Amino acid sequence: MRDVAVIGIGITKFGELWWQNLRELYVEAALKAIKDAGVDHLDSMYVGCMTSGLFCAQEHLASLMADYLGQRHIPAYRIESACASGGLAFRLGYIEVASGMSDIVLVGGVEKMLTGADATFALASAADQEYEAFHGNTFPGLYAMIARAHMAKYGTTREQMAAVAVKNHDNGSKNPNAQFPMKISKETVLNATPVADPLGLFDCSPVSDGAAAVILCPVDMAKKYTDTIIKVIGSGAATSTIALHQRDDITFLDAVHAAGKKAYEMAGLKPEDIDFAEVHDCFTIAEICCIEALGFCEVGQGGPFSEAGNTALDGKIPINTSGGLKSKGHPVGATGVAQIVELVEQLRGTAGERQVKNAKRGLAQNMGGSGGSSVVHILEVQ
Amino acid sequence: MIVPRHYKEMPQRYKLQGNRCKACGKVFLPPRLVCPCGSQDLEDYNLSWRGKILTFTIIRTPPVQFKYQKPYAVAVVELDGGGTIQCQVTDTPLEEVEIGKEVEIVFRKIFSEGEAGIHCYGYKCRVV
Repeated sequence: MRDVAVIGIGITKFGELWWQNLRELYVEAALKAIKDAGVDHLDSMYVGCMTSGLFCAQEHLASLMADYLGQRHIPAYRIESACASGGLAFRLGYIEVASGMSDIVLVGGVEKMLTGADATFALASAADQEYEAFHGNTFPGLYAMIARAHMAKYGTTREQMAAVAVKNHDNGSKNPNAQFPMKISKETVLNATPVADPLGLFDCSPVSDGAAAVILCPVDMAKKYTDTIIKVIGSGAATSTIALHQRDDITFLDAVHAAGKKAYEMAGLKPEDIDFAEVHDCFTIAEICCIEALGFCEVGQGGPFSEAGNTALDGKIPINTSGGLKSKGHPVGATGVAQIVELVEQLRGTAGERQVKNAKRGLAQNMGGSGGSSVVHILEVQ
Repeated sequence: MIVPRHYKEMPQRYKLQGNRCKACGKVFLPPRLVCPCGSQDLEDYNLSWRGKILTFTIIRTPPVQFKYQKPYAVAVVELDGGGTIQCQVTDTPLEEVEIGKEVEIVFRKIFSEGEAGIHCYGYKCRVV
């Protein structure tokens, strides 16, 4: 296995991008990454996308994107693992470079969700279609059931969940690419329109258009392109039941825990060695459960840990410095790659107002469905 | 596509026909060919029509095919004798849906699908 570096990043604005279609979003992010890296060719490409079929009636994405990127004839792969599609695409691109099969690989993620399609229906296809979606449950509904169980088991409160949204909007207000870059108050979250009790509108990440891309190459070759070598030191992925009711413990994201364990072991690190993290806050309760499963706090203590400010920009372990899915936006297939983009910005020291001091090691955790899949990466600046 | 897809699930939706692992005793709906414990020795098992609510939510923003039913409760129900399912809570005021409440399973129409409006039937639960 060769050591692998991230040498280029590109991202579009996230939001309601009515003037850009699926391929234009992807190509914008990919061209930015190619320019940022300074590479003159690609050996292969991975495209993370959850459901362009349901949103845009378009499949066969890998070839479409390679063609429109001016890369006809390169091998290209479309990767799908619901909302973890981008993170899984990154892992496969990493494996291809590490294996020696390719030198320069582009990993992109894209989702065009604002197309007039029923987003609630499309996203529910990431749940067990015949045994969850069939009964009228939705993604806010599934996370609401996790929240209700977490509240009953550990005493987690709506105020603690609201603190996650307030913090992520604070961070997002410092991110020029964020979809909702406004600060919000705890009262705004608590008094918002209910979506699936106990979750309200401000507990939920938005429906978004957007794309992100990164370029990978062997560390030995990276010196040709950049002085700031950002190395992938840990990679882990895991699966679990996609039906929430078949989990042994509804409040514990076992796939996140398993993926994190593999990434920590590969890097030879513990949670306390991580300087900052991007985690999959598709809902406020999801961030609480993710930081528990990743070992940033004790299981069951994610609520009070968040409310006490430990996860703020200047806290013990800054979480979602980009604004997270909540404020930055959540074009599902792009999200896992956008997390890597944020890690690289922080490790390069170019994150501007949201820069974490002395950021040397960052962790990105992407998740599919209600926790049926998860991918964790750890990056370190050399 | 729609009719064959639902047709296959009818034994589960109409009669709660699942199976049980002979090695570890775990109960599944739908039935599995392989138990997570590794065993492939499973026997047919009809799940109980009684159980209790493990967790629940009230759906206020439903997918389009459920828009006329909102708001409605969906729960995870642990059935007596093993197995967990997810289903709507019916015949019960929303404020009476709580974790730990005893429920019974009832047969109901779930929704009508597609332009043809095919009725899809299955199980819901109600607080007893």
